[in-house]
Amino acid sequence: MLELQQVSHKIAGETYIDNISLKLERGTLTVLLGPTLAGKTSLMRLMAGLDKPDSGDILFDHKSVLGVPVQKRNIAMVYQQFINYPTLTVYDNIASPLVVAGVKREEIGRRVAEIATLLQLTPLLQRKPAALSGGQQQRVALARALIKRADLVLLDEPLANLDYKLREELRAELPRLFAHMGAVLVYATTEPTEALILGGNTVCMHAGRAVEVGTTMDLYRRPAGLLAARLFSDPPLNTVAVTGSAGNFSFHQALPAFRLGNNVSLSGDFTFSVRPHSLQTEKPASNAIALPATVAVTELSGSESYVHFDFCGQAWVALLHGIREFARDEQVQFWVQPEHVMLFDANQQRIALAAN
Amino acid sequence: MACIELQQIAHRYSALPGEASAYAVQPLSQVWQDGGAYALLGPSGCGKTTLLNIISGLLRASAGRVLFDGVDVTGLSTERRNIAQVFQFPVVYDTLSVADNLAFPLRNRGLKIAEIETRVATVLQLLGLEHMARVRARSLNADDKQKISLGRGLVRTDVNAILFDEPLTVIDPHLKWKLRTELKKIHQQFGHTMIYVTHDQTEALTFAERVIVMYEGAVVQIGTPQELFEKPAHTFVGKFIGSPGMNVLPCATDAGNLLLAGKVIGKLPYSASGAGQLELGIRPEYVSLVATAAGNPDSLPAVITAVEDNGKHFVVRASINDMPISAIVREGAAIPESPRIILDPAKINLYRNSHLVTA
Amino acid sequence: MVVPVLLLVALSAIIPLMTVVNYSVQDTFGNNEFFWVGTEWFQEILQSERFHNALLRTLLFSGLILAIEIPLGIAIALAMPRRGAWVSVCLVLMALPLLIPWNVVGTIWQVFGRVDIGLLGHGLASVGIDYNYTQNTLDAWATLIIMDVWHWTSLVVLLCYSGLVAIPEVFYQAARIDGASRWSVFRYIQLPKIKRVLLIAVLLRFMDSFMIYTEPFVVTGGGPGNATTFLSIDLVQMAVGQFDLGPAAAMSLIYFLVILLLCWVFYTVMTSHDNETQNGARRAGGSR
Repeated sequence: MLELQQVSHKIAGETYIDNISLKLERGTLTVLLGPTLAGKTSLMRLMAGLDKPDSGDILFDHKSVLGVPVQKRNIAMVYQQFINYPTLTVYDNIASPLVVAGVKREEIGRRVAEIATLLQLTPLLQRKPAALSGGQQQRVALARALIKRADLVLLDEPLANLDYKLREELRAELPRLFAHMGAVLVYATTEPTEALILGGNTVCMHAGRAVEVGTTMDLYRRPAGLLAARLFSDPPLNTVAVTGSAGNFSFHQALPAFRLGNNVSLSGDFTFSVRPHSLQTEKPASNAIALPATVAVTELSGSESYVHFDFCGQAWVALLHGIREFARDEQVQFWVQPEHVMLFDANQQRIALAAN
Repeated sequence: MACIELQQIAHRYSALPGEASAYAVQPLSQVWQDGGAYALLGPSGCGKTTLLNIISGLLRASAGRVLFDGVDVTGLSTERRNIAQVFQFPVVYDTLSVADNLAFPLRNRGLKIAEIETRVATVLQLLGLEHMARVRARSLNADDKQKISLGRGLVRTDVNAILFDEPLTVIDPHLKWKLRTELKKIHQQFGHTMIYVTHDQTEALTFAERVIVMYEGAVVQIGTPQELFEKPAHTFVGKFIGSPGMNVLPCATDAGNLLLAGKVIGKLPYSASGAGQLELGIRPEYVSLVATAAGNPDSLPAVITAVEDNGKHFVVRASINDMPISAIVREGAAIPESPRIILDPAKINLYRNSHLVTA
Repeated sequence: MVVPVLLLVALSAIIPLMTVVNYSVQDTFGNNEFFWVGTEWFQEILQSERFHNALLRTLLFSGLILAIEIPLGIAIALAMPRRGAWVSVCLVLMALPLLIPWNVVGTIWQVFGRVDIGLLGHGLASVGIDYNYTQNTLDAWATLIIMDVWHWTSLVVLLCYSGLVAIPEVFYQAARIDGASRWSVFRYIQLPKIKRVLLIAVLLRFMDSFMIYTEPFVVTGGGPGNATTFLSIDLVQMAVGQFDLGPAAAMSLIYFLVILLLCWVFYTVMTSHDNETQNGARRAGGSR
């Protein structure tokens, strides 16, 4: 188990990691989700031992590893840029951690063959990295990390430099590769879709802080705060300010009031938010909320349509099934069911409405 | 604004001794209409950036001619072709402020100061950088630097075309959406000819009116996003577009019926005679799962291997007789444990030797 | 891990330095008897006209060298090809002057400039130009400066070239599209990007030219008169020629401190506005 206790890290006076505490069990995958500069790489470097935290403690299996140099820790790391030894063949690249560890030659051969089959690299074993495509190079880097059977495997946006399609393919394979490893897996990414597909647990990061921690699906469906809700939305989350009065809510424009949930004590300023795919153009149920809109632009993507429109002065986007084209400045009525609405209070904490 | 025409353009890089050089761009002729929004879509190494550089003049093609509005510009240098190009990595002049960066191309062309200021102000507002106008470009983060790069491409109004080379690669997902929409709005508002190179099919399909799919230097298909989605001309296009891509399964015919895994699943929509492997392609969006065979005579039994939840819908990975097939199931719908698969007959495409068979 | 290095530095640098400090605060009547005089030598040196003149000469020399070699070095680096077969040829040509031992350089130019047998000296005389570096101050200075430029500009060239080659091609492409002129490309793309290497080049050239000894000594010996007696030559004359160890030690310490001071000034000035670059670079460097 990897444990971080109130870890903080500053570089040149700027706080890169702010008081983070985490417990990561063996055999689990933890996703670090957040935008660039959120601190994901900094945190991973602290976990690996490449940097020393300014305060706090890092323990592995209940023993502090703060003074232990990186070479002595049993970790593996995969980077965004495909890092391979350019002068070694694929076989030697994958075998390198075992060679360093002094493993016997036959054993090395066996294990390299096993990993190569897993990552579909067997026909490429005698080539040099420069002769491989980006996807293949990253597979080699992955193989090198996996063969080590490390206790801690850190992956820093490993698919970010790959083509969209390659990313999809590799992403689908990752859960299979990581299963049965018994290591602590940490995976950093900026894409919420990746987090959702990988599953496991997620740590939402923002400005060096761990904003929310929990099971990925939980954080997606029931985020505790607005920040986590935003992080998990791709396309971006639609939000608008509303005012509540004893359980009745109204937009800041001349539109009918509506009810959300059964809590009559809700009064004050709130943030009303809807995920783009929850918006519909036909009224789905009698208690659906009406959202009249002015279309700005429509983007068609084969099987889906992204309709960007203006609602109460906010730029919203709806994800509709099928090809739905609207003209610019067309007035369209959108609907959303109350159970798909997420309401956040003035402190950006989510209010539990009856249905959620 | 200009109509760009490529006549028999081909390019190969000089071969190393002893090696036959491959075509980076195979001979192609293409007309880009004035004011159109195009996307060049394809995997890494397919030649899309090479083609873009041939259009902009940064690269001189080994063969063929480039014409702008009927005028041969093949010999003209980049500066004289009057195009703007945005690159994948942010290119900013570190010592200049944000506003000066945007004004740079205009100043070099000798525009009047008042006009420069108006243009710069418009673009600053478009990209949300007004509050940073005086900040030195050196101290900004990658997102803002790429916005400046984009801005420099948009600040000139009289360009023949604006070319984008995977410009949103380094941008975070949330900002990617915003910028893409801005580009589309700009196109609708100003009507420049825009050519956008990308390997991301969502970017290509949402931005372009016509998409050119390339693979290993050759143009595989040209069409609207709709056409590419519904009727891919090649199984490569079918698999490349769509997330997940099209399911391609070997099939057979028998007396006017279509057979999959030995079972009749419907009538053959049109004659598909010929030599070579016959395959059917169907998108996961048009594959549905039902619980029982009752009332579904054309359904096939399948085994589910995995279910992915990406928040918007479920992607069900299954297999029919060891042939992998994916289906998309909407949120809220139930996934039967031992499902039977139905393929929407209207959405089945037939492929012989990977090429689309048409009626 | 660090102890062996410390020992080495101690033996080769610190202990000899301490001996010099020791000498600088003592005087002797001979017979190896030394007595303490405190800062007397330092005061004497700092007030002596001889020292001031030597210092001024050295400063002037360094200034002229920098003023010529840095722009010339940048210009040559800009002119060198960045790709292709000629790259290796140019690099070798540039490296050649740097490989010659310094006293050989001095000897080459000493002979080169001689009026009787030197190519340059004899050539100038035959054209009618009155050139004699052993008798004419201006000629002596000119010869030394040209010799140093010939010898050391390549260093600036190679450093700047390495900086230029590191600039990604995409910047030049974007500049072409923006319609930038050659000068704009230099000013807004190339110069900012080679700032760091340029700083190294300036510091190295300044230190070396300020401490220069071998070449001028071989060519002019400090003459004519004391026209080219730089600080280093003066120091050696005092220590080895006159065997005035006390003043010589004091002077070498002052010399050392002057170099340190000037280098620090250079460095601070050139990196003062670099601090915002540091922060900017951090933020722009991709994933954190």
